[in-house]
Amino acid sequence: MLTRLLWGVAGVAGTLLAVSVVSFLLVALLPGDLALLVLADAATPERVAALRAQLGLDQPLPVRYVHWLGNVLSGNLGYAIHSGESTLDVILSRLPVTLELIFLTQLLALGIAIPLGIWSAYRRGSAVDTATLVGCLCLLSTPAFVIGLVLIYLFALNLQWLPATGFVSLGEGIGGNLESMVLPVVSLALIEVPVYLRLLRSEMIGTLQQNFIALARGMGLPTWRILLENALRPSSLNLITVVGINMGRLMGGAIIVEQMFALPGVGQLLVESIYQQEYLMTQGIVLFVATMFIVINLLTDLVYALVDPRLQRDGEH
Amino acid sequence: MQRMPLSFVLSLAWLALVVTAAATAHWLPIEDPTKQSLLRMLAPPSAGLWFGADSLGRDVFSRTIYGFRVTLAVSLGSVALGLLFGGALGIVAGYFRGAAERTILMGVNVLLAFPPLVLIIAMVAYPGQPLVKVIIALGIVFMPATTRIARANTLVFREREFVVAAQAVGMGNTRLIFRELLPNLVPALLAYSLLLVAVAALAEAGLAYLGLSVPPPTPTLGQMMASEQANVLEAPHAVFFPAGMLFLTIFALNMVGEEVQRRIDRRARAA
Repeated sequence: MLTRLLWGVAGVAGTLLAVSVVSFLLVALLPGDLALLVLADAATPERVAALRAQLGLDQPLPVRYVHWLGNVLSGNLGYAIHSGESTLDVILSRLPVTLELIFLTQLLALGIAIPLGIWSAYRRGSAVDTATLVGCLCLLSTPAFVIGLVLIYLFALNLQWLPATGFVSLGEGIGGNLESMVLPVVSLALIEVPVYLRLLRSEMIGTLQQNFIALARGMGLPTWRILLENALRPSSLNLITVVGINMGRLMGGAIIVEQMFALPGVGQLLVESIYQQEYLMTQGIVLFVATMFIVINLLTDLVYALVDPRLQRDGEH
Repeated sequence: MQRMPLSFVLSLAWLALVVTAAATAHWLPIEDPTKQSLLRMLAPPSAGLWFGADSLGRDVFSRTIYGFRVTLAVSLGSVALGLLFGGALGIVAGYFRGAAERTILMGVNVLLAFPPLVLIIAMVAYPGQPLVKVIIALGIVFMPATTRIARANTLVFREREFVVAAQAVGMGNTRLIFRELLPNLVPALLAYSLLLVAVAALAEAGLAYLGLSVPPPTPTLGQMMASEQANVLEAPHAVFFPAGMLFLTIFALNMVGEEVQRRIDRRARAA
């Protein structure tokens, strides 16, 4: 267990380092005069000279990278050229919205996928199963923003049940906050449901053919207990991994949904920074988000080890 | 030959129709997709205007057909790119093993550490020709998956008798890879790439919706929906016709891709 953990930590450190190199190169490899490009319309001869000195543009790339990495490690992710705000401060102020969106989305997606997945595996080949699979394929074929457009058209514009835009922060009241989150969360969750559902269904079908399930049945346990207590746990190992990996996909979806519903999250910040050609800001966001997901995946691995006792022993993996 | 399910045949027919229409859009008797007409702003669908008109009075049907040109160019181009480079790296990793394999797998893991759309958006922010940028960015993001599939299949086949025999009679590595290995990897890679085309089409639509794909006046499906979103209550046709066409096309791609995948799995199990 300890050696595994150490190898895991070393691997994560290596990946983090490589991710920082990629993020650094993302800006360093921009064609043309970097200072001029970064400053764009805010360029004056003095500012260009100052930025050049600050980024160390007269120095070779490796020196600049080490200097930049030193800044990053001390919490300086760069700043916005136009407003002068620190990138890290802006990201942290926007992060709660994105985290809430992703958390609620995972909750809803799993809340739909787990019961439906169990049921369609149990009643394999039934009408419910077929309908579920066709529905999954439909959702897999729809962009999140199209689902969002349909939801806005139906529930915000025609029925006027829910607001389409106008984010209410948690601080202003939880009711209003949740109301403004319903449509974005549903749009995003619906494209994640098929990913989880199909995985759980196929794992579950495999588990239900195992001997211990037949034994449990023979012992006369009620079906719902067999499904929930005996079959779900061994079937959900891959699901846990995928929920972790999927965080990255969700972040992508969050960019579009935040833009669509005007949620002031990190995704919207990224798109704004691209529109305004804030290259340093973009770099900071990419690095921050990638780091966050590496950490989340590490945590997922730990959860995995807790659920699957076989992994807690040393040796085979 | 197994019997083909009706849904598979219908999906293929639909895809053929969309590809033909998009490829021959210039010769089709449809209106110029950029031609504006104030007289028919937001006009509903009719016999002459199948999908109605948008807020600038442009023909939505014609714009949808032209929009598919970008969708197809991006999805086919990026998947081809990912397949070519990912496939090559995967074969090198699986065939030569050792340091080359470790380096390639490390690169793959680094690429996988970035949320895909975040990486794509960051790359698309580079100055340059938009269509080329989008294709390259998506191609790069597809590489980890194609590399892994190519490597996994190479690992299986390099132990098989015909490869070992070819090695024993002294066939060179290059010739062996192209003559013996590659033909066996094609089915698995091709089946997966069909599903990737669907993913690429979804991603392009998302980028276009954010205004990060090919810019106007070239119509793209995502950008059409983004710009008509404000009028969706008065003119739902301008948003939902292109949305429906995009959905049907991606659905058909997924149907075909999954059916092909199923057949290959079945054959692999039978072998």
